[in-house]
Amino acid sequence: MDIHEYQAKELLAGFGLPVPRGGVAYSAEQAVYRAAEIGGERWVVKAQIHAGARARAGGIKVCSRDMDVREAAKDLLGRVLVTAQTGPEGLPVHRVLVEQALPIERELYVGLVLDRKRERIVVVAHPHGGIEIEEIAQREPDAILREEIEPAVGMQPFQARELAFGLGLPALQINPAVTVILGAYRAFRELDATMVEMNPLVVTRDGHVCVLDVKMSFDDNALFRRPHVAELRDYAQEDPREAEAAEHGLNYVALDGDIGCIINGAGLAMATMDMIKHAGGEPANFLDIGGGASPDRVAVAFRLVLSDAKVKAILVNVFAGINRCDWVAEGVVQAVRAVSVSVPLVVRLAGTHVEEGRRILRESGLPIVTADTLAEAAERVVAARNGARAA
Amino acid sequence: MSILLDERTRVIIQGFTGDKGTFHAKEMIAYGTNVVGGVTPGKGDSTHLGKPVFNTVKEAVAATGATASLILVPAPFCADAIMEAADAGVRLVVTITDGVPAQDMMTVKRYLWRYPKERRSRMVGPNGAGVISPGKAMLGIMPGHVYVPGPVGVVTRSGTLGYEAAAQMAAVGIGQTTSVGIGGDPINGSSFVDILALFEQDPETEAVMIIGEIGGPQEADAAMFVKENMTKPVIGYVAGLTAPRGRRMGHAGAIISAFGDTAAEKAEIMRSAGLLVAPSPSELGSTMAEALARKRSRRVMVPR
Repeated sequence: MDIHEYQAKELLAGFGLPVPRGGVAYSAEQAVYRAAEIGGERWVVKAQIHAGARARAGGIKVCSRDMDVREAAKDLLGRVLVTAQTGPEGLPVHRVLVEQALPIERELYVGLVLDRKRERIVVVAHPHGGIEIEEIAQREPDAILREEIEPAVGMQPFQARELAFGLGLPALQINPAVTVILGAYRAFRELDATMVEMNPLVVTRDGHVCVLDVKMSFDDNALFRRPHVAELRDYAQEDPREAEAAEHGLNYVALDGDIGCIINGAGLAMATMDMIKHAGGEPANFLDIGGGASPDRVAVAFRLVLSDAKVKAILVNVFAGINRCDWVAEGVVQAVRAVSVSVPLVVRLAGTHVEEGRRILRESGLPIVTADTLAEAAERVVAARNGARAA
Repeated sequence: MSILLDERTRVIIQGFTGDKGTFHAKEMIAYGTNVVGGVTPGKGDSTHLGKPVFNTVKEAVAATGATASLILVPAPFCADAIMEAADAGVRLVVTITDGVPAQDMMTVKRYLWRYPKERRSRMVGPNGAGVISPGKAMLGIMPGHVYVPGPVGVVTRSGTLGYEAAAQMAAVGIGQTTSVGIGGDPINGSSFVDILALFEQDPETEAVMIIGEIGGPQEADAAMFVKENMTKPVIGYVAGLTAPRGRRMGHAGAIISAFGDTAAEKAEIMRSAGLLVAPSPSELGSTMAEALARKRSRRVMVPR
């Protein structure tokens, strides 16, 4: 789960990290009020979306008058911001962060990630912030500083010191930088984060170390024990169908194609989508309905898939292990009757009690095309899609 | 022979008396698995499905001599259950549960290393279907009847795709020594490489199938291991050709976030390491048949 920049800053401030004075605003009036509250002569108004590369897309505005703050907020709020990281559809701006503008001396990069290869938290740092770490990793991989954290004892101060000196900071800024790095590590551990990326972490002209921008992501599997993180979820930043699927405990990811997919198991779902592509089609979605394909669950799945107007045909592929094909078939028949499926439907069942399952589909009187194998299923749904297109 | 598990392996189930534990214990017993008891804290000194229930894993091991455990407890309690099994000296700890926090797994794996090698547990999972040695025993939640005994070792991140592979191979008359579901999480107990090493040493396994998916470095590591350490033919498949960047495809670990994470890149790495890669997921069975035929014809043609 991702959260907004202002939320990440509030969380990190709780772990002793210095962040610029600022506050969130939902309206232009509130933005002006925030600026007055902060004081000073220059402010930054930053669009809050779950994606980076905002500055180049016009999502960050520096202002030196009340009027400018009002105009900047008015311009950003309600807009759909398209950045290099959002995809062409962009993300809606419903909140802005108003902050004091800091005079910046140096920009640094410090990021913490869960490294899958090492199976450890790794702290990564680079003396030039503000650019994408992936870019640096490709251009000059040796310039990246890394500290691997031993999970049994946690991050030690010497590791943070090595990074701070490695970044070339002068003696006076070493301790503040160590405080930032150790605090970020504690936040990572105690909030079950999967990423904390401070980019840039800055040194101001008056010598203060401060988190100017930060991205945080969290482990969905750990949200049950982090309720104050879970409540920061902003559904407006997510595809509405994905959010609805999540509410029903289903996994849905919207894609660009026109063949709707309803499948049990994440791996089989990905493989079925591969097979559709192999047969000359494009999947409209990823959807894993999990082990128990009850009629209710299947009905929700059909509703979700059909709410995508692009969908021209649907493929259901269930390998019944624990559940039985006859139950799954009953579920499909009931769901199709309840939801009134208006596009061609191909169903492939395999596993336990497959013959009864196929018989139930055949005898339902519904226009369901059945398939025995994965290849057949993909070919038939692509053919059905082509037929629907021609008609 | 099979790896990890056979009909003699003494098995306990942690979370034995719950709905899931009861259901899968029945299936495992019906399959012929040597289930010797289970653990549910607070329900010790009773029996369930005709087997003894214990309060702690240590008691269960002392009374039954169990060497393997299947963990079916809810995700928040999994790390604790795994460490309890490891501390009790259980040799094989298989975790089915989906939704275990990644940092819990980080801690668990570190914990396993505190034991000397000769008594360290081997962990499989979480978020996988478990382990099955067809015709012998099943330590997991797979549909046992899909699997037939034979010469192929299977290691897979996805459960259902493992069933699909077993069914496709059965359709062309190929069975398995053992099939291992290592799970779809970013950090898992056993890696592809750990299981490949066991299959390489198993005299009855003639060929191996790796079923991978997008996300993480494990498929590339496996390909390097095959190239450098394996004499047996290995075929591969990587699911997720159509998956977009940065989106989690169901499994916690199935996300393209770094270089080398895509299905196409992984398949290419496998190919360049000498693996035979199935051109599509409907050709898992036929590709394995081809690999076995090639191996057998080579054996006949090459004079000693």
